[in-house]
Amino acid sequence: MSSHLSALYTELVIEHDKRPLHAGLRDPFEAEVHHVNPTCGDEITLRLHLAEDGSERIEDVSYDAIGCAMSRASASIMADLLIGHDVAEVEPARLHFQEAIGSRGRVEGDEELIGDGVALLGAAKFPARVKCVLMPWKAYEAALVEARALRG
Amino acid sequence: MSAATRPFDVDAIRADFPILTRMLDPDTPMIYLDGGATSQRPRQVLDAEIAYLSHDHAAVKRGAHRMAGAATDAYEDSRERLAAFLGAPSAQEIAFTKNATEALNLVARSLGDGDASTPEHLRVREGDEILVTEMEHHANLVPWQELARRTGARLRWIPLADDFTLDLTDLGSLLTERTKVLAVTHQSNVLGTITPVDRLVEAARAVGALTVLDAAQSAPHMPFDLARLGVDFAALSGHKMLGPTGIGALWGRFELLEAMPPFLTGGSMIETVTMEASTFAEPPARFEAGTPPISQAVGLAAACDYLDALGMEQVAAHEQSLTLRAVEGLAGIDGVRVIGPAASPQRTGAVAFDVAGRHPHDVGQVLDSLGIEVRVGHHCAWPLHRRYGLHGTTRASFSVHTTAAEVDALVDGVARTVEFFGALS
Repeated sequence: MSSHLSALYTELVIEHDKRPLHAGLRDPFEAEVHHVNPTCGDEITLRLHLAEDGSERIEDVSYDAIGCAMSRASASIMADLLIGHDVAEVEPARLHFQEAIGSRGRVEGDEELIGDGVALLGAAKFPARVKCVLMPWKAYEAALVEARALRG
Repeated sequence: MSAATRPFDVDAIRADFPILTRMLDPDTPMIYLDGGATSQRPRQVLDAEIAYLSHDHAAVKRGAHRMAGAATDAYEDSRERLAAFLGAPSAQEIAFTKNATEALNLVARSLGDGDASTPEHLRVREGDEILVTEMEHHANLVPWQELARRTGARLRWIPLADDFTLDLTDLGSLLTERTKVLAVTHQSNVLGTITPVDRLVEAARAVGALTVLDAAQSAPHMPFDLARLGVDFAALSGHKMLGPTGIGALWGRFELLEAMPPFLTGGSMIETVTMEASTFAEPPARFEAGTPPISQAVGLAAACDYLDALGMEQVAAHEQSLTLRAVEGLAGIDGVRVIGPAASPQRTGAVAFDVAGRHPHDVGQVLDSLGIEVRVGHHCAWPLHRRYGLHGTTRASFSVHTTAAEVDALVDGVARTVEFFGALS
């Protein structure tokens, strides 16, 4: 098997796929979104719960993801990065991850910023898989828009 | 259809396909098992397009110059060639389209046009029913859903059975006097299941329903004879039958086409035009608005020549033997389940399978690392996958140039995929 392949299916990816963190749908939540990747039929339902004190502290991200190892691992890693932090605080991580995954391997991942997210960057060299990895993040973005709209 | 004029020699066939010499890595040849998505093209098809573009190209059916005449001849000869390949009584029954999807949309749109002068049997209205099957490609499902939505007609479907064939138990209550259209695929693009067209056409005729056949998957893989099939319409895509992308065709009985309103409108499809209104040309021109795909038509005609020279009986036999080999090999791997009927004359060269616990994208990724190019996902047949509780499958599909060794490489590759993920978890 090629080295590209082992760069894609790293031990961390397999571990997150097998034992995803924060998986399952939980209450309470302000926003729930359902995203589908129409090319492969993968789906994610994601709920976002922000602090009740009016701040943008992310109290919970819960989700139900049907998809390949890459997309499931991505959801697991993302939820773990987000929970317990302020939206503004995790923005740099979100932006850096998006840039690196879309860079075809030119931008190296910063582990300080995105933690286990670096394990997903093997997908950057496989354009067909970038969408899989980004699906949970797109769901989070949409949920955030909804949650903010709800607050007015 | 015509008799084969060359022996079915896979090595000689492979030499006709320039792309098959491509390497994916320095030591990894490409094994292309995705002809069901789009086929590769032999040099005879590529050469025909180049020859046309190098000698005869101009706009068709307009202009008085000699080049316009040459281009029109090439285009109309291609129509004749496709008609002969399909066993159509007349080339005037063939309208070139962009692909099978457009051909099916053409029929669905035209039947729902609502023009008061259209005869009743070619108008779908509220209270009518449209019957499809649960194994349709989205191309032969969504246009009918939309026709039902626009007209108030009801969409019904023949369900799939547990054995991956159509369940015709309730056909009598599904196909009734209310059924205006029966639209079915000739062959499932996922399961490989061949539709019992004879039985369905007979039942549809008995209740006066129009029959539409999605032949995109079947035309390149089995002897095809419209006269014998007895359907009213058939749709196909050039790029699935060794021809170019950007061209497909709708065949329809002339007396039906003649009474149908157009789908796309504009240049080339008119008879007279005033500022207020227009009248339309006779078929097939009525259904070919705008400048058509000319060099693609020439390429498609060359693809018909190529397939006919091999003989469709021989093509079908070749792909049957590969299918049997694949189904047996894959079924022998622990954790692998073939999603389709057991190898028999009732199935053909698309072999979908499920690797327990592994998402098809992950399976396809490992196979690609071995140079094996297969399709993954729901293959534009989402309801079919849902029927069997699957989110997707991995599908290998075979072509005239596929060898037994490539099928063995697939089976070996799937076994290695199971090992790869087994070792990781």
